Amino acid sequence: MLRRAVFRDDKDFSGCSIFGMMNIRGEKFTGEPMITAIANMKERSNGLGGGFAAYGIYPQYAELYCMHMMYDDQGAKAETEEFLKGAFSVEGAEVIPTRTCEGVSDPPLLWRYFLQPRENLACDIEDMDDFVVQAVMHINVKIDGAFVFSSGKDMGVFKGVGFPEDIGRFFRLDEYEGYIWVAHGRFPTNTQGWWGGAHPFNILDWSVVHNGEISSYGINRRYLEMFGYICTLHTDTEVIAYAVDLLVRRHGLSIEDMAKVLAAPLWEEIDRMPAQERELHTALRQTYGSLLLNGPFSIIISNREQMIGLTDRIRLRPLVAGRNGDFMYISSEEAPMHLVDDSIEDTWIPHGGEPIVAQLEVVAAGGEEEETAKVLSISGMEPA
Amino acid sequence: MKSYILPQFLIHRDDYRCIRCEVCVRQCAFDVHWYDEEEDAVFADESKCVGCLRCATLCPTNALVVQHNPTQIPPNANWTREVLHNIYKQAETGGVLLTGMGCDKDYPIYWDRMVLDASQVTNPSIDPLREPMELRTYLGAKPDALQVGRKGGKPSLKTRLTPQLRLETPIMFSAISYGAISYNACESLARAATEAGTYYNTGEGGLHRNLYKYGDHTICQVASGRFGVHADYLEVAAALEIKIGQGAKPGIGGHLPGEKVSAEISRTRMIPKGTDALSPAPHHDIYSIEDLAQLIYALKEATHWEKPVSVKIAAVHNSAAIASGMVRAGADIIVLDGIRGGTGAAPTMIRDNVGIPIELALAAVDDRLRQEGIRNRASIVVAGGIRSSADVVKAIALGADAVYIGTAALVAMGCHVCQKCYTGKCNWGIATQDPYLSKRLNPDVGARRLVNLLNAWSHEIMEMLGGMGINAIESLRGNRLRLRGVGLTQEELDILGIKHAGT
Repeated sequence: MLRRAVFRDDKDFSGCSIFGMMNIRGEKFTGEPMITAIANMKERSNGLGGGFAAYGIYPQYAELYCMHMMYDDQGAKAETEEFLKGAFSVEGAEVIPTRTCEGVSDPPLLWRYFLQPRENLACDIEDMDDFVVQAVMHINVKIDGAFVFSSGKDMGVFKGVGFPEDIGRFFRLDEYEGYIWVAHGRFPTNTQGWWGGAHPFNILDWSVVHNGEISSYGINRRYLEMFGYICTLHTDTEVIAYAVDLLVRRHGLSIEDMAKVLAAPLWEEIDRMPAQERELHTALRQTYGSLLLNGPFSIIISNREQMIGLTDRIRLRPLVAGRNGDFMYISSEEAPMHLVDDSIEDTWIPHGGEPIVAQLEVVAAGGEEEETAKVLSISGMEPA
Repeated sequence: MKSYILPQFLIHRDDYRCIRCEVCVRQCAFDVHWYDEEEDAVFADESKCVGCLRCATLCPTNALVVQHNPTQIPPNANWTREVLHNIYKQAETGGVLLTGMGCDKDYPIYWDRMVLDASQVTNPSIDPLREPMELRTYLGAKPDALQVGRKGGKPSLKTRLTPQLRLETPIMFSAISYGAISYNACESLARAATEAGTYYNTGEGGLHRNLYKYGDHTICQVASGRFGVHADYLEVAAALEIKIGQGAKPGIGGHLPGEKVSAEISRTRMIPKGTDALSPAPHHDIYSIEDLAQLIYALKEATHWEKPVSVKIAAVHNSAAIASGMVRAGADIIVLDGIRGGTGAAPTMIRDNVGIPIELALAAVDDRLRQEGIRNRASIVVAGGIRSSADVVKAIALGADAVYIGTAALVAMGCHVCQKCYTGKCNWGIATQDPYLSKRLNPDVGARRLVNLLNAWSHEIMEMLGGMGINAIESLRGNRLRLRGVGLTQEELDILGIKHAGT
């Protein structure tokens, strides 16, 4: 059931709701407001998928990779655990706690593992990340009936088939506390809802929720395949997570430059830029043209330090940003922000292709980059 | 010797319409028409007619009808008219059969077995008349990754890209040499490429000095004969192309007969006037892949590493592996020329039987370079049988960065594909060095017709892209999900890397 792609096209077409909420001082809050917010946009989903990503939820295991697994059956579980034991030192293994919830049926076996790559197999940190990516690819491609849906540190993805608010209650998200939360309600029209196909999509610390359809998916996927990313999920959103991982983690691009690859400025804009900027943006498009995301999208990309909102360059999907004190919001619609934060006044609509970046304060202050430590670094349209 | 070949065409002249203006007589370089003063009538020797329709097109009263000769040999699926004619010809001359243009055989045209996608409901299509739609394409090697540093508080590029060719539309004019076509045709191509923001290719005939001013839009070819290759020629070009093979005649060289080597061509090609210009089959300094690498680096070195170097091969069975070797040998651009690629002259048997369809070669090469993780290290350009903007879109979706058009460009200038380029008697003033004929092609008009064609195709490409919900050509490049096959076998679908329509 997990792995079955009922329709053979390699991606799904979906309308969706997305919502992200972050405390930029790293103070934690439960998943309750997330459930409230995403339920408010019920019109945008159809009960075939919902999910959440939360950062800061496993402080006791903060230095370990946490894999969230879906299994079709005990056989897949046994095979996967054998593989994991060979590759990692397994510091913890447990059932992901759930409660029965109306609207959520037939869940797969849900387990999580806290893992340390074996030292003889991986040496430094970068290699460890690559090692984990390869392990995820191995399980998803090679082990029938097993699927890794979360593989970062001190974070986790919770997702499945159902309305997002039901999925949130099913996974008892009111009992977790994190400082970045993102949520997604799904309206797939092409693939039958399957648990692995719900958003967020995750690789290492990167999570992506996505509203839209990637017209360029075919080439995005083929380009990423050259770098060892194998798309297994039958959905276009997967390529965004891998693209971000490639550009930021492996190639070392900044968030802004990564955003300019995914939603590139038009050539006529580039031609008008000052020389240094023009040279950079020309080279970005020349080199990474195959990663341009074409077609309508609004996305929230997150990692342990940032929450980034982005729309396609001609802004064919909605995205609203908001802030109130230490809280930063990114949403498909404005209404749920007011629902969870009745004193928010500062909301705005970013331009197409302009990233909204909410940065964790401690990181901004401690980083070696030359930027001054700001409470919030925001590029894009200033509040109206 | 009495020829047993029946005229291919019959010419019907409507005597009532004919005003005896003798346009047809003057226009036909094959001397089909003549005027008889005593009878005040125009007659035709149809055995000489090649069917180029110059006479019918220019006849002011539409008095001429040129039609296929209905008198034919008895129907036979095996011993066709064409087969018999070839045998008669060879029995009469004892020579190798010659022809011009591209293969006209009934091999599958895969462009016509592929259909394109469009957006409906879940993804808005984009109207190119209202929204930006980008066709700009850069040809050349791209790095695996970019390094960005900071300068003056702003991000600044640290990786230096190797030279790139900037195309405003992903269509260039194929290599056609001065010698194969007239000076006016060359000038038309050069001016059109310049105006349209793309490139034309000199072919192996060198570059006439008068055309140096279009150098920024000129790809200068270095072929086995090395005709007209000298320092200025390399210096003036925007890019250099090593021609290994040609789709119309893979594995064989070329032969420009001495009668075409006029004073101007002699000067341009750097060979004595009136001597045959023979291109050897292989480059005699390239007998292996490492030899190719040496020539690539020699050309880069000679031009101060300021120009991309392209390598052109005919599409053959093993193209994928060869292309991989070419990329590793340092080619910035790989050109694949398919079995339907054109020529000024080729042995008929070679043209019609050697090579493979470009669609299959393209798919195989793109796949192979991706499997090896080196697709970014060279651009792929395909040539040979691109007939319309739809063919361009399908080629790009299969994995090409850009296409070369040769025959289509000649047709835009008036060519009627009569396949008699090798005779030098082109009535349209294109494939000829006869000043009486070549002055028929006015470069002002030729350039205008070519630019019009590029503009028209570009508009159509934008419409197709917009329909797919794509607003930049790079999002279509290699995006095979937007293609579906119609009436193809599983094996063909697998090679093309596409699904069948309905799935």
